[in-house]
Amino acid sequence: MIHWNSFADFLAMGGYGFYVWGSFGLTALIMIVEPIVVARNRKTTIARLKRQLRAETRNTAE
Amino acid sequence: MKDRFNLYRFASPATFYPLAGAMIPYFVAVSAVFGLAGLYLGMLVAPTDFQQGEGYRIIFIHVPASWMSMFIYLVMAGWAAIGLAFNTRLSGMMAQALAPTGALMAFLSLWTGALWGKPMWGAWWVWDARLTSELILLFLYIGYMALTAAIDDQRRADKAGGLLLLVGVVNVPIIYFSVKWWNTLHQGSSVNLTKSSMAETMLWGMLLMAMCFWMYSIAVALMRVRTIMLERERHTDWVKAELAGDQQ
Repeated sequence: MIHWNSFADFLAMGGYGFYVWGSFGLTALIMIVEPIVVARNRKTTIARLKRQLRAETRNTAE
Repeated sequence: MKDRFNLYRFASPATFYPLAGAMIPYFVAVSAVFGLAGLYLGMLVAPTDFQQGEGYRIIFIHVPASWMSMFIYLVMAGWAAIGLAFNTRLSGMMAQALAPTGALMAFLSLWTGALWGKPMWGAWWVWDARLTSELILLFLYIGYMALTAAIDDQRRADKAGGLLLLVGVVNVPIIYFSVKWWNTLHQGSSVNLTKSSMAETMLWGMLLMAMCFWMYSIAVALMRVRTIMLERERHTDWVKAELAGDQQ
């Protein structure tokens, strides 16, 4: 079933290794980094909104 | 009447927010399953292409990324139309949440296309109708993001961005049909079940990868829209309760 004879064969991609892995590599990187950036942005946004909310309630209480 | 009621209910950010949060893990899991299955078929099982050697395997991400770049734009334009027609709050949030992922998909389409073009055509880039219209799509995404970010008033930003999306939607059929309308260097569509040039494992690998990209895009867009909802609805009671409840 497996098309490749060896792992080296798989990495070489019949001479197209640079192009194939360059494509898959950047795609994998983007699909890992994008969710991390979104999650981090979410954390900082929530922290900022909480600070603002606390400041607002303090002001109205005074 | 019941359906209408439900639709309106989910158009409300207060209802959509927890629903989106509950759905994200499922989309991530399904995306991973489709991705692993697609990579297994495409990278390990599928045979060598008789014309393009092993280099053809780039299509397992090039085609899904290209499809998603067009599809996400259509979805954004759909939300823009709904937003302009009915003045719904959710539509602007959805369009804003989808834009960065759509732009990344357009970029990946061009990037993988260049890496495919160099060994096959001998050029990273040519001013071919297919490539040029896809580049315009990337610029439309970037233009939408820049335009909405530059306008302080959120409602006006959504309206201006929505208009840009609707005007730009003409580009999507141009991309799709460019290989038919013009004599392009870019090859025609390969997804045709009657064609024997594409082995069944290749086709299934590509379709599975497309499903993986689709589920991934939904998951990331839902993650992003939840943050946008908190930000934009920060003066409402439900967001204040959400923030006070110390929930992520």
